[in-house]
Amino acid sequence: MNARGIVRDGLWDNNVVFAQMLALCPAMAVTTSGTNGLGMGLASTAVLLVSNILVALIRDFVSPQVRIPVFVVLIATLVTLVDLALNAWLHDLYKVLGLFIALIVVNCAILGRAEAFASKSPVLDAALDGLMMGIGFTFALTVIGLIRELLGSGTLFAQASLLLGPQFAFLETTVIPNYGGVLMMILPPGGFLVLGVLLALKRVLDRRMAARKCRPASAEFSTESA
Amino acid sequence: MSATLAAFRDRLAYQGVSLGLVALLATTALVVGNQMTHAAIAQAEAADLANSLAQVLPDGTADNDLLKDIVKVGAGETAVTVHRARKAGVPTAAVFRMAERGYAADIVVLMGVAADGRLLGVRVVKHAETPGLGDKIEIAKAKWVLDFDGKSLGEPPVEKWAVKKDGGVFDQFAGATITPRAVVKAVKRGLDFFAAHKEEILS
Repeated sequence: MNARGIVRDGLWDNNVVFAQMLALCPAMAVTTSGTNGLGMGLASTAVLLVSNILVALIRDFVSPQVRIPVFVVLIATLVTLVDLALNAWLHDLYKVLGLFIALIVVNCAILGRAEAFASKSPVLDAALDGLMMGIGFTFALTVIGLIRELLGSGTLFAQASLLLGPQFAFLETTVIPNYGGVLMMILPPGGFLVLGVLLALKRVLDRRMAARKCRPASAEFSTESA
Repeated sequence: MSATLAAFRDRLAYQGVSLGLVALLATTALVVGNQMTHAAIAQAEAADLANSLAQVLPDGTADNDLLKDIVKVGAGETAVTVHRARKAGVPTAAVFRMAERGYAADIVVLMGVAADGRLLGVRVVKHAETPGLGDKIEIAKAKWVLDFDGKSLGEPPVEKWAVKKDGGVFDQFAGATITPRAVVKAVKRGLDFFAAHKEEILS
């Protein structure tokens, strides 16, 4: 697959949450605010990138029969090391992200990419795929988080400066002051509602794009592709 | 991939050895990682603890290092680690944790108690209560926990140590009674614990 295809796949066509429907557990659990979604997304991206590179590096030496345990050990080790390093050297960030990092181990998107892509691809392609899948995941989590946060507490990117540093305090906006909030949006059902609406929106967009592409072709062909 | 490697990969011994090798490398990486970060993590956690201890003790209560002046009260799993505050060697207060089952999971409170049994401060350090309803017990969300400051076992009287709904003096929140009830219970239990082990704690 060419680089363009990998980028498109990761960001949109095969987006971890919106298309593959993977990693829904962390996606529902942490997207109570835009900041949380962004933090989880960034941490997962780092792990995805490194795990894809490692898996691609050793892909020829691992027998198919034992590949899954090998990948699982690699990913778990990686996440533990990231956890230790953040705890030791970026302790303030760790207090915000700490809970999410342990959750990355159970993020099936990471094992999914290792198995479906990195174990069959050269290192550079795997690295690009990891990065793009990660960015696509971050995008999805941030969007879900922002919508839930806006409806649930009337703010956007609350506490962003804790995650990204004081220079990002300008991101924190209170859209609706003195807003009582729709509690359900912060609870898990709200996550599923928002995800469902976004999935429907993506399908509508995809159909529009497909229809535009197919306009020169016959009508019969365009219905088939939809 | 060379043909020899492909032939090797299918052998049972190769699979076992390669899996073992990966596990060995992963373990080594974890040991090295742990060694490198151990001191820094301990330091950061000590700083965190010192910060939270300072929150439940008013300035000027202690001139000793609370992190070092500790006593374990009780035995086994129920033992409570008590940090002692001293001024010029005289014990002035004790700081310890108490846990009580809340709505979702245990709520852990950190409480500072003066030598005469008055509460100096209470902070909820860990909880998993419903966001937007029960999380008003956090100082970052509401001032509710400050209600405990200055209270003791006699003030209010023991039977009034409950939320208003149960005939006590402490406010509950709209939509959340179980959470504040658990916090009040934890604090009350902490004061009982302090009263029961006063000699041991303040020796």
